[in-house]
Amino acid sequence: MRRAVLATASTSTLVVVLLALKPHHTTALADRAPVPVPAPSGTVPSGPSDPAAGPAAGNGTYTGDPVDTRYGTVQVSVTVGAGHLTGVKVLQAPSGDGHSRRVTAAAVPRLTQEALSAGSAHIDAVSGASYTSQGYIRSLQSALDRAGG
Amino acid sequence: MGTVFSFDIRDPCTPAIEAALAEAVAWLRHVDEVFSTYRPDSTISRLARGELLLAECCEEVREVLALCKSAVRVSGGWFSHLAGGTLDPSGLVKGWSVERASRILYEAGARNTCVNGGGDLQLRGEAAPGVPWRVGIAHPLRAGELCVVVTGRDLAVATSGCAERGAHILNPHQGVPARGHASLTVVGTGLTTTDAYATAAFAMGDMARDWLQSLDGYEGFAVTPDGGSWCTDGFPGVLPGALPGVLPRVLPGTRTGAQDP
Repeated sequence: MRRAVLATASTSTLVVVLLALKPHHTTALADRAPVPVPAPSGTVPSGPSDPAAGPAAGNGTYTGDPVDTRYGTVQVSVTVGAGHLTGVKVLQAPSGDGHSRRVTAAAVPRLTQEALSAGSAHIDAVSGASYTSQGYIRSLQSALDRAGG
Repeated sequence: MGTVFSFDIRDPCTPAIEAALAEAVAWLRHVDEVFSTYRPDSTISRLARGELLLAECCEEVREVLALCKSAVRVSGGWFSHLAGGTLDPSGLVKGWSVERASRILYEAGARNTCVNGGGDLQLRGEAAPGVPWRVGIAHPLRAGELCVVVTGRDLAVATSGCAERGAHILNPHQGVPARGHASLTVVGTGLTTTDAYATAAFAMGDMARDWLQSLDGYEGFAVTPDGGSWCTDGFPGVLPGALPGVLPRVLPGTRTGAQDP
């Protein structure tokens, strides 16, 4: 397993794993290492630092790699404040045919919501979105890798 | 595209929990190898092609198929692992694998966890001491908005819908896409059945509400294609704007602590 990308003062852990259980997968996803990302949460009391966590992340904005998917290029940037993921901005998203635009319009805000949901004071998780955007996750991960130094 | 699984553990990290997290991730990879219908070499693909007999499959395959049969029975055939004539237990495997991953963490001492498999959730304990979990249900018609917030302890939340990936749940009786709802959410205690019943209820269309109302231990909420919504009598949800001032209703029977089988 890869190291946690960002240290977090809370003891919560968020690990993202991509598997091929659902339709429209690409097999390469199943070979990916689990991708730990921080679980920013204002509601969780601070505890002892997770010994497995990496070095504290620097505050600032980090740009992820552009990732080519069958639907188009996806690129995101992340903003980190006080060791927590505080923002995700989509720099590039597929905008090809009408279907791609609709999928992007529906998926990107939800993916962002998911990435940030643990940081919301009132929502711990979101049900109902199908978080299947490989490009989003990979670009997000590369941005987090940069943030983690 | 693949399914994203995430683990949110709210307990202080211990070596045992850390080891269990690695075990849970390994478990999901194992499930993928055995059950993915998109891997030609998976056990389930070989079983479907007749290269393996059920008796030659691992115990997990027999367990999953038995659970599928039970879901078919309870749902009157609206859940089906044989839709279109092909063996495909995917509709049950995801919830089952998430529930098991949640149990792996629990047995290592993680009492307050959220395991998320592609937007279907198994939640244990609570978000923080004295604070129940709050789960937003994504609005199927308005991107980025929530239509309701489910609140509770020790609960499973599964949502079936067609917003992002297009119509993908078939009416198993007619072989056509189910279209009665934009999305349908079921709340129960274990994600295996909760997820399977959400799939079944979505396929049912107009009959879903009465069916969910008749099931003990499960509650439902749905958004219709015209943007209307309904919920069963005991649904533990509030509108997002109502938080945090309104005391949410909590699903009866969900404050039961450990929910190990």
